[in-house]
Amino acid sequence: MKHVLAVIVENKPGVLTRVAGLFSRRGFNIDSIAVGETEVPELSRMTILVEGDENTIEQVIKQLNKLVDVVKISNLTNESTVNRELALIKVKAEPHMRAELTQLAETFRAKIVDVSLDSLIVEVTGDVEKLKAFELLLRHFGIQELARTGKISLMRGVKYIKMNGEGRKNG
Amino acid sequence: MTGAQMVVEALKQEKVEVIFGYPGGAVLPLYDALYDAEIRHIMPRHEQGGIHAADGYARDTGKTGVCIATSGPGATNLVTGIANAYMDSVPLVALTGQVPLHLIGTDAFQEADITGITMPITKHNYLVKDVKEIPRMIKEAFYIASTGRPGPVLIDFPRDILAAEGFFKYPERVEMRGYKPTYSGHGGQINRAMRVIKEARRPVICAGGGVLISGAQQELLQLSEIAQIPVTNTLMGLGSFPRSHPLSLGMLGMHGTVYANYAVTQSDLFIGVGMRFDDRVTGKLEQFVPGAKVIHIDIDPAEIGKNIPVNVPIVGDIKRVLTQMIKKAQKCDSGEWISRIDQWKQEFPLCYDCAEKELKPQYVIEQISKITGGNAIIATDVGQHQMWTAQYFSFEKPRTIISSGGLGTMGYGLPAAIGAQIGCPDETVFLIAGDGSIQMNSQELATAVFNKLPIKVAIINNRYLGMVRQWQELFYERRYSSTSLEFGPDFVKLAEAYGAVGIRITTAEEVVPALERAMEIKDKPVIMDFLVVSEENVYPMVPPASPIDQILRGGGK
Repeated sequence: MKHVLAVIVENKPGVLTRVAGLFSRRGFNIDSIAVGETEVPELSRMTILVEGDENTIEQVIKQLNKLVDVVKISNLTNESTVNRELALIKVKAEPHMRAELTQLAETFRAKIVDVSLDSLIVEVTGDVEKLKAFELLLRHFGIQELARTGKISLMRGVKYIKMNGEGRKNG
Repeated sequence: MTGAQMVVEALKQEKVEVIFGYPGGAVLPLYDALYDAEIRHIMPRHEQGGIHAADGYARDTGKTGVCIATSGPGATNLVTGIANAYMDSVPLVALTGQVPLHLIGTDAFQEADITGITMPITKHNYLVKDVKEIPRMIKEAFYIASTGRPGPVLIDFPRDILAAEGFFKYPERVEMRGYKPTYSGHGGQINRAMRVIKEARRPVICAGGGVLISGAQQELLQLSEIAQIPVTNTLMGLGSFPRSHPLSLGMLGMHGTVYANYAVTQSDLFIGVGMRFDDRVTGKLEQFVPGAKVIHIDIDPAEIGKNIPVNVPIVGDIKRVLTQMIKKAQKCDSGEWISRIDQWKQEFPLCYDCAEKELKPQYVIEQISKITGGNAIIATDVGQHQMWTAQYFSFEKPRTIISSGGLGTMGYGLPAAIGAQIGCPDETVFLIAGDGSIQMNSQELATAVFNKLPIKVAIINNRYLGMVRQWQELFYERRYSSTSLEFGPDFVKLAEAYGAVGIRITTAEEVVPALERAMEIKDKPVIMDFLVVSEENVYPMVPPASPIDQILRGGGK
């Protein structure tokens, strides 16, 4: 089963290496990882998609907690969340195919952000399933290049991760 | 004040009494600052020796060990020692030199990315990029190394940072939002544990190294006696419960006593205290404590549930948790159980065959145990002699076994014994080594002689890498591939070459007189070369990946 972890870390050099290194050393599998600054500039947020059963995830969380630079971990797997991922896809497009591609893009609320003589770049945002479906469709036209950001998630409603709250941390 | 002077000042603030270090280009500024400092500096003959010595010092004193190495090869020579300390939760602070900041990443002379290399084997590490960071980083390093579950912390100092000028103010407190160990056990969990203990009929406590780290041996003894629960030890936990106590079962696991392994397997309650269910302890995991509830007490929450499911997890400092438990402890109805265990003790004692005139390794260790009355610090190397020591030396007091448990580092023993003797100058320190292991760091004899350390080195010399040979005998049809050490050095001459005393012992009658002579030498190391029978095996033995009650008992009487 896939789990979504929101990991708040110190915004310092080397922290990503520590987190990624821990996953490889303990034999955990990362599906995707997205990192960026938060509303508190000294902290970054990593959204990590990890595959594994309950025991594995418990170990992942406990081991991550042992890293001194990890401030807080929230398991969003069973929370109601808004999830987004962004993909940029360069797809082959002879001039006569542009209309069809434009229409497809509109259906997926994707944007065409660059056009050249025989290709265009489409930007699409959404949950993982939507991106997959869109990618499958575009394959028929010929994908030349594809870049994805990895998933990011926020809890819906009044709940939120308190940055300076008493996160459960242990040595 | 220069960065290097700041380091020295910070070490003084941390009340560091001794540093184990080896100089080199990148740490020249630091060694210049140390020249005037009133901190004892011990120079090993190899950086690996330095860090193992700091480790041995930390294990017997409970203080944080400090070592220094230069950049590049100096730093990489620390790697084994860091991994060793990490596996056994030993508090260490390793200070390394680095090439100047502007050369980092250029493959400069003696450059190695030591923070990158040691990331998975340190509790935390730092690369200093500004002289202003030095006081805070050192303060944090000592705090992280010595609190919670202890471990090694490394700080990497570029040479220009050590030479740079800055203002020194040592922080009084540490504030790290990402590091807050839990010390007190959860009250509700402790109540649950006490209910489970009260209902138990066949309880066993397994005490690991965490008990020693926490200094909880008195509390362990009290809980065991009040509740009438027998206690077995992991290798790391030896000395946390007196071996001569009627409730002691000795060590469990692969080379544990038959009665400890039977008791654990047939228990209805297994209480793991400061131990981590290592594969050498549990054997085949699926058949470990098949009918028992499990209470697991550890300061590291990641250890709980890592290898086996736990009924009552308690995260906290062992001493505090046991104190909380003792307040509510009652006697278990374990009388029948204890007499069953006593029967096993009668039926399956530790034993070995001994024909006349043979010099057996177990006999040597029994005699060391006898002559010291268990009142000595025992360092070991890794292999058969280590297991015989665990079996036949009667560990009575905490912090008396100095042994590489988790990593199993051959060559650990001699430098660790040096660190232990420096930490406890008034104690008798023995090193029990193999003829293989001693050769992995024998250069440290120079350090021991130079510092007038009266370490008693007992080489259990069987002319083999004995433990590997034993496995080849049992599981590889006696195909002794690369395990013979018949071309070893003359250890007596080696001792003499370094200015130590060398004694060769070839018969059982010579053992006690040699030990007596060694005990009288107070100003230099003694190397006793015990030429024991060559193909003795360590028994009992649980074959790898078997349940721990399936035991090879060997040919013992």
